[in-house]
Amino acid sequence: MSIDDSLIGRSWPASEPYVVSAEKVREFAAAVGASWSPGSAIPATFPIIVAGTLMNVFLADSGLDLSRIIHGEQRFEYARPLAVGDVLSASFSITSLRQMAGSDIIGAVTEIVDETGSLVCTTKATLIHRVGA
Amino acid sequence: MSLTVESVLEPQRYTVTRADLVRYAGASGDFNPIHWSDRVADAVGLPGVIAHGMYTMALAARAVATWTDDAEVVELGGKFTNMVVVPDTDAGAVVEVAGRVTAAADGLVIIALEVTCDGQKVLGNPKAVVRA
Repeated sequence: MSIDDSLIGRSWPASEPYVVSAEKVREFAAAVGASWSPGSAIPATFPIIVAGTLMNVFLADSGLDLSRIIHGEQRFEYARPLAVGDVLSASFSITSLRQMAGSDIIGAVTEIVDETGSLVCTTKATLIHRVGA
Repeated sequence: MSLTVESVLEPQRYTVTRADLVRYAGASGDFNPIHWSDRVADAVGLPGVIAHGMYTMALAARAVATWTDDAEVVELGGKFTNMVVVPDTDAGAVVEVAGRVTAAADGLVIIALEVTCDGQKVLGNPKAVVRA
């Protein structure tokens, strides 16, 4: 299936909050060979869990096959550090779309806020949908 | 480690095996089969099973944490310019993360990263900004 400009500006908000747990942070850190203990900094790429979940909802909604998605770029900008116990709400939005060499180049941003509505982290992605491969 | 401008940070080397990718898939929730299935990777025209770009970026973040004694990360990012192909061997692939401090002012330190696999850059313009 192909995608079109009607996607730009569409958002996929999380259906329920994400609670940052010590167990998940430890598991995530250990998966890249790092050790983590409560009180130390949460790995900077941890919010990809939240963004990725919403990306999967977007892909399913758009009829796109995950195996044809390649990651082009990812950026994290923090307003404040993550902490265990944070209750996060997030929304994934499509910001741009272009076609290049038989692929759809999709720009997306996920804004993650805490339970007070204050921004915690913004993470921007470029996703490459490989149509022709 | 010194974080003054032009400081060269000690390169960090990390081995990535198929088992690591499976573990990362579970931890991150990214179950894209191109990161664990040769059959699917081949079917979509990839050179083999590849590491999650976010796995590679997480290794870059790990290097930054090592160099900065776990400083608060304000920004981290980069482009995924080349794939890290991970063969189904005990040796796997080796990712090397090098870094250099390019600016330090107002309590923020900017680290330009260079992330390579087999001598080839795999991230484009990777950069971290930490509070230190």
